Amino acid sequence: MQSVQADSPSSDAVVVRKKSFLSVAGRVLIQLRAFVALFLLFAFFAAINPSFTSTSNLIILTKQVAINAILGIGMTFVILTGGIDLSVGSIVGLAGMIAGMLINEGLVLPMFGVTVYFNVWIVIILTLIAGMLVGLVTGTIITRFNVAPFIATLGILYVARGLALLSNNGATFPNLVGREELGNTGFPLLGAGTLLDLPYSVWIMLILTIIAVFVASKTPFGRQVYAIGGNERAARLSGVRVKRVTLLTYVISGFCAAMVGLIISSQLVAAHPATGDTFELNAIAAVVLGGTSLAGGRGTVFGTIIGAFVIGVLRNGMVLQGLSSFLQVIITGIVIILAVVIDQLQVRLQQRN
Amino acid sequence: MSDARADIVLHAEQVTKVYPGTVALDKVDFNIYRGKVNVLIGENGAGKSTLMKILAGVESATAGRLLLEGKEIAPRTPREAEDLGIGIIYQELNLFPNLNVSENIFMAHERTARGVVINHREQEKRTRELLKQLEQPINPRTLVADLRIGQQQIVEIAKALALEVQILIMDEPTSALSNAEVEVLFRVIRELKARGVSIVYISHKLEELMQIGDYVTILRDGRLIAEAPMQQVDLPWIVSNMVGRDTSKQYTPEARPMGDVVLEVKHLSVPRRFSKGYLLEDVTFDLRAGEILGLYGLMGAGRTELFECLMGLQEYESGAVVLNGQTLNARQVRHRIEQGLMLVPEDRQREGLVQCLSVRNNMLLASLKSYLSGPALSRRKETQAISRYVDELSIKVANVDNLISSLSGGNQQKVVVGKALLTHPKVLLMDEPTRGIDVGAKQEIFDIVVQLAKQGLGIIFVSTELKEVLAISDRIIVMSKGKITREFSRADANEHALVEASAIGHGVGSNNGAIGA
Repeated sequence: MQSVQADSPSSDAVVVRKKSFLSVAGRVLIQLRAFVALFLLFAFFAAINPSFTSTSNLIILTKQVAINAILGIGMTFVILTGGIDLSVGSIVGLAGMIAGMLINEGLVLPMFGVTVYFNVWIVIILTLIAGMLVGLVTGTIITRFNVAPFIATLGILYVARGLALLSNNGATFPNLVGREELGNTGFPLLGAGTLLDLPYSVWIMLILTIIAVFVASKTPFGRQVYAIGGNERAARLSGVRVKRVTLLTYVISGFCAAMVGLIISSQLVAAHPATGDTFELNAIAAVVLGGTSLAGGRGTVFGTIIGAFVIGVLRNGMVLQGLSSFLQVIITGIVIILAVVIDQLQVRLQQRN
Repeated sequence: MSDARADIVLHAEQVTKVYPGTVALDKVDFNIYRGKVNVLIGENGAGKSTLMKILAGVESATAGRLLLEGKEIAPRTPREAEDLGIGIIYQELNLFPNLNVSENIFMAHERTARGVVINHREQEKRTRELLKQLEQPINPRTLVADLRIGQQQIVEIAKALALEVQILIMDEPTSALSNAEVEVLFRVIRELKARGVSIVYISHKLEELMQIGDYVTILRDGRLIAEAPMQQVDLPWIVSNMVGRDTSKQYTPEARPMGDVVLEVKHLSVPRRFSKGYLLEDVTFDLRAGEILGLYGLMGAGRTELFECLMGLQEYESGAVVLNGQTLNARQVRHRIEQGLMLVPEDRQREGLVQCLSVRNNMLLASLKSYLSGPALSRRKETQAISRYVDELSIKVANVDNLISSLSGGNQQKVVVGKALLTHPKVLLMDEPTRGIDVGAKQEIFDIVVQLAKQGLGIIFVSTELKEVLAISDRIIVMSKGKITREFSRADANEHALVEASAIGHGVGSNNGAIGA
């Protein structure tokens, strides 16, 4: 014992230094892994198909990625707390229907016997608020009634989809161009407009990414999200408002889903109640590919963006190669599993060291 | 000598177990005598449970070997240990609350028809026999969740009996049992002995050990201190070997000026939820600024519940907590922290730290708002706050952005203390702050505690280690069964008096009187 004690300070210091190097290297690698995968995929498709790197294809690709990435941002916050949000696909559909209804039919207020038409900005804001409200309901169910996130959001998946179908009896709201005399034109611009040659949806993705990275890494809220996912009890004992923070992540996720609903219905100039079906799975895949642990506490928003790009590049490249769409689905699945297997190996390696 | 050797069924030789940052066992020899109750004594962290886990195949030794009937064994899983005839009743209950009693007892050892279908009738019959032996008329089909804790412990014992092992390890089997149930257990132990089963018995209740033990082995700080037949020893011998001869009050903090009363706890009572009695009953005490108040008690004495009440984690039925003259009404942790109470939790891993976060983020977690500059956390303010306490607490860390799990136990604990101090508390509640850290780090934690008291913090220091409580406290209160049983000034306190006061209400048989002797 005596000798152990005498030795320990110096050997401790060495161990600490070694570990710090490894953990820094490890953390960099976790980030880089997704990067490397993205780079290799990109280089591969660029090499075998010259049209892959054409400007028009890259813009199409990025537009597709933006949809998944925006959903993934919200999903990242939820998953970081150790939760999951299965309802985002349905919220996408519901949000589109809400926007479509507000533009084509206005808001009917029976008690006043009037129908109010809003300008497009207000429509967008109301739709986003609706998305957040759905998230608020989900979050409340989870935090106040202690329902497992999987179950609560599965329930909301059905409810929100049902509401989307109910809103127009399962029919589409077509031709969302608005009417000059009602002052609500311009909705399609959201999906079709560009700034500096980049579609608006890509800008939205970029702005939301910057905000989300800031919130996750630079605000008390972000830190607390990580703490809750890592150890909820320790977070509570540190005075973290676990319920409120958890609830807010679902509000964020609802907001992101509503944003995607707006973008898609604007791109299509129509709102269809089935829009967004299974989008939640793509978003989860992007989060997981980005190195975020489903157990919570570990991961980054930026990783999710990379993950969304990996999925996007893979899909786009396979389409350009004319690969069977059935085969595409299989390959996507395999890539997701491989990514997580590598992630697990890395975690184990780190622990061993 | 050769006779004694032959009587040893299992011999652990020079067993060493090293965990990152701490040596749990240091070249320990341990003998289990055939057909005897081999009592293992030591304070928390002495290495008892670690040694038992090695015997039971839960952990493997870093060095040393185990000889069963003279043959070397190295069980790697509990299943392998069972196959060698070694069973264990764990300190923590390891039952499945969602399954019934007989399913629990035969978990992974199911009686089956042709190896496929569980023979419930057979299992339930055997369960009834076992429970009858233990004098517990529990229906084998009762869900374990529906049993009270004491009954669950009985089921745990029945589970071990069902294995029909040759060596049975009991790690604090009576912590939740009533006196009558303890008597039954002792009768069963005697029956097992008569059948040649060797028992290893761990408990903090010394009177109990005196009553049932045949051989006694004492561990301290991971080392073997003494082994003797029970007839040859008495309680003072055990206590002095357990705590070390010259350790009490070796740590003499210099006298400090005490401030005014900062915390008053008045008539705090918390009833048990599912049975009669109280978790806390009429607990009243106060604490001065700059005072270190030691709180001693056995498991279940109510120490944890008291802290939970103070931190707003547990509702109290009656009573009040008054801080600086103001009664605290808001009953949420964050309110209590804002008002100036902060807890250093007992279980560092489960309650103190977020393992997947860095040292920085763990340390700042409870005081994030202090580092805001606009909406964002200011890296500069953060680093300032951290480096102050990394220095002050001398936390050994190469880079505060390293994961918390890369630190040794002692340094992790200092991070938890740093986190607490960053909330600028007026009263610091320290629940076993020295658990699971090595001797050197313990000393450092002691120094820190005294230093903090000097700065005017009121500190409540909970420990199940007598030596520690005696060494550091200005005043000591002892709890037993939810009540404060005695209060000592530093001058009046000694090991025997503390042990005696902590056993009030626990008495087994007639041995209570022996303690004072």
